[in-house]
Amino acid sequence: MSLRSPIGRVRGLGSAKEGTGHFWAQRITAVALIPLTFMFVVIIFNFIGADHARAVALMGNPLVAVVMLMFIIASFYHSQLGLQVVIEDYIQHEGLKTASVLAVSLGTFALGIASVFAVLKLSFGG
Amino acid sequence: MAQAERPLSPHMSIYRPQMTATLSIIHRMTGVGLAVGTLFITVWLLSAAWSPDAFHWVQGFYSSIIGNLVLLGFSLCLFYHLCNGVRHLLWDIGWNLEIRSVYRSGWIMLFFAAVLTTFAWILALDFADVMAGGGS
Repeated sequence: MSLRSPIGRVRGLGSAKEGTGHFWAQRITAVALIPLTFMFVVIIFNFIGADHARAVALMGNPLVAVVMLMFIIASFYHSQLGLQVVIEDYIQHEGLKTASVLAVSLGTFALGIASVFAVLKLSFGG
Repeated sequence: MAQAERPLSPHMSIYRPQMTATLSIIHRMTGVGLAVGTLFITVWLLSAAWSPDAFHWVQGFYSSIIGNLVLLGFSLCLFYHLCNGVRHLLWDIGWNLEIRSVYRSGWIMLFFAAVLTTFAWILALDFADVMAGGGS
């Protein structure tokens, strides 16, 4: 049995037991996404009207691929955090809430991994 | 007791929409819109990794009218969420929390979101023109 008092165990963590972890992760990804969004948009311009060969050539540029990877990871993580808050705010039923958060988290994770894989495959030659 | 007859506050249906609440809910809606938009990014990238034919088809979709509308919606959500997100981050460090500056930063944010979206589309159409061989 722990000698720590109940107040000592929850202090700084709150009822969700993770403290400011979620809040802070959302802010870190938000700050990262400010420059990354502009770089992403500029990269996307170059893909307008591109055929497959040009897409492979563009993604073969390490700078393009690395920025794309950073944008994908930050934005998918940020999306998952945001969608979780929206679900927690609007879905009342506890079971449905947990199931929705789980589904959205796994979904964004799967899409993120798929996107990362696609960028890497293109970057290494299509 | 006629407890259920009493007016409840806040009475959303008779509230005059205020800028603070409106911008806040739009921030959330654009966020959800962008989350849905990640699907389009994934499909686009996967099609390129899949085959030249698949990529050709998806590129064709994005240059169609419907594809352009999807991209317009995505870009509006993106620049709104970006600009209002900066506003949120400034609040987080304690800036612009007085009600007057909240309204002022709201208008400034809307201005920047509109300018960035317009500027992005001018550039995008220019790129499309060059790729189509029309020159700039």
